[in-house]
Amino acid sequence: MHISTKVAGKRGIRDITAACRRVLVDGIKMISKNIIRALKTSYGLTDEQKEFQKVAFDFAANEMAPHMAEWDQKEIFPVETMRRAAQLGFGGIYVRPEVGGSGLSRLDTSIIFEALSTGCVSTTAYISIHKYDIILKINCKKSFSPAACSGSDAASLLTSAQRKGDHYILNGSKAFISGGGDTDVYVVMCRTGGKGPKGISCLVVEKGTPGLSFGKKEKKVGWNSQPTRAVIFEDCPVPVTNRLGDEGQGFNIAMKGLNGGRINIASCSLGAAHASVLLAKDHLLVRKQFGEALANNQFLQFKLAEMATRLVASRLLVREAATALQENRADAVSLCSMAKLFVTDECFNICNQALQMHGGYGYLKDYAVQQFMRDIRVHQILEGSLICELTSFFLPQEPMR
Amino acid sequence: MPGRVLVGVKRVIDYAVKIRVKPDNSGVVTDGVKHSMNPFCEIAVEEAVKLKEKKLIKEVVAVSCGPQQSQETIRTALAMGADRGIHVEVSGKDYENLGPLQVSKILAALAKKEEAQLIILGKQAIDDDCNQTGQMTAALLDWPQGTFASEVSLEENQIKVVREIDGGLETIRINTPAVLTADLRLNTPRYATLPNIMKAKKKKIANVKPADLGVDLTSRLEVLRVDEPPQREAGMKVETVEDLVGKLKDAGKV
Repeated sequence: MHISTKVAGKRGIRDITAACRRVLVDGIKMISKNIIRALKTSYGLTDEQKEFQKVAFDFAANEMAPHMAEWDQKEIFPVETMRRAAQLGFGGIYVRPEVGGSGLSRLDTSIIFEALSTGCVSTTAYISIHKYDIILKINCKKSFSPAACSGSDAASLLTSAQRKGDHYILNGSKAFISGGGDTDVYVVMCRTGGKGPKGISCLVVEKGTPGLSFGKKEKKVGWNSQPTRAVIFEDCPVPVTNRLGDEGQGFNIAMKGLNGGRINIASCSLGAAHASVLLAKDHLLVRKQFGEALANNQFLQFKLAEMATRLVASRLLVREAATALQENRADAVSLCSMAKLFVTDECFNICNQALQMHGGYGYLKDYAVQQFMRDIRVHQILEGSLICELTSFFLPQEPMR
Repeated sequence: MPGRVLVGVKRVIDYAVKIRVKPDNSGVVTDGVKHSMNPFCEIAVEEAVKLKEKKLIKEVVAVSCGPQQSQETIRTALAMGADRGIHVEVSGKDYENLGPLQVSKILAALAKKEEAQLIILGKQAIDDDCNQTGQMTAALLDWPQGTFASEVSLEENQIKVVREIDGGLETIRINTPAVLTADLRLNTPRYATLPNIMKAKKKKIANVKPADLGVDLTSRLEVLRVDEPPQREAGMKVETVEDLVGKLKDAGKV
């Protein structure tokens, strides 16, 4: 960068100031160009993964992003869009092809959900929760498309299932079930045996079973494109043939699913943070205050660079965890937990800071950054205590209904 | 009934990217910029794949002229349903000077070599907006052309094409073999599905050099300078219609 070296004097100082300003202005262009380059999500991916990612980004930009505000404000459950996503193969990404999935790896899945999340976090999170995989040999003779899962605080769960002949009678309730009331099948962790994790079994309950009812639709801060209701069981009879695995295997089934779920939720957070950083950068380049673009402000430049750094660090952790899980490595479980813990927190902070950079505009619902922040706030809460991962089960004819 | 269809696909800067002119005004910045398949080429591929699905044609061959990265564009066409690809390698200075004349010569040579009965192209590329390649290719082959197609139907030995023209819609019937160029409303291109992307990996992309086709790539054009469009200037408010007409006359616009 050429900087004037005229000796000090009024004119000299003006030249130097002008030159510095040129550096700063070009500096912004450099930073924004570098940030775009640094944040490119396709580094280190295979050609095939780049293709998957491209389809996911296109789908997110064309089919989801234009509607995400409306889905949020009107609390619309976008069934048609999710169906189209499933048709492209986004429904059961790492489910085996023999049972209708796409048979891809955990890393492929993470990349795809990260890209989809830039279009709508809530809908992508829903798609990621309701995917299927076979873990255990299923006793169940019928084939379902389970679309919701009930989760709870593992070992202390209270929903009871008493064996009566060839049925279990279920009593209890589960709070905060995503999709509750709108989906056709519920996979329930319940206590069939004694205290502790060994007494838990996993049952599949179909909508319409007598004794199965739902609480009111909850009003949430975010995740508004998915309905959330309590699921209530009152002497609800469930055939023994609807049990997944053996009695007492419920906890294991749940735990096995947890790792994948954590990666998926973390991936959704990544997408939101990625979108938010780009929105913040665009805003800084455009918004003028104090006589010049906000992007000229050194503090904001540093802040943006820091946000980008944390985003890339988060992305690397998630992708490593996905690879470890795929390869069944010894550190897979701890990496998945660390990824969920670290990434959901960091990405929320990034979205929050991106909102801050928008100033007052960030607080308006006209701007997408507030929705990203609201939607991923819940990622710091669930999948840690909620065992929503039990969906790593099952085997539908089609991935989504 | 046409058996083999050649579809031309061009790798261009993505439509959503903000274009920047190089500081030396010699061209546009392409390094590190996101590229994708020309939108009209996507529509062309979609039409070809649809014809194959209706069993009206047998094979779809995707062709792209350019450097190594053009293979990504061919892969996208394969993922959408094309059967195989041909990558005509053009790089460096040759690529910078590659225009409709050179590409149409290449396509004509390939059409003869592959015994294609139908060529479908996008009506124009969004980087140069030339709108010439389809027309030149037809002329070189002495084939009929159905350009700006918004509807295509294959009949016995002919193709019925509804064209979008300034005055409205024009319907023509042309003999095969023929060249068609796709307009915006011809169809809505499909997304590649994940399974199709995986299947595309197994499909073949052949490498060909322009010299092998006997094509001379010299350009008859020389780009002198590339500039950004002039900055939009402030307007003026006027009180009456007479004022408006007066000002327009002064500016020599009327």
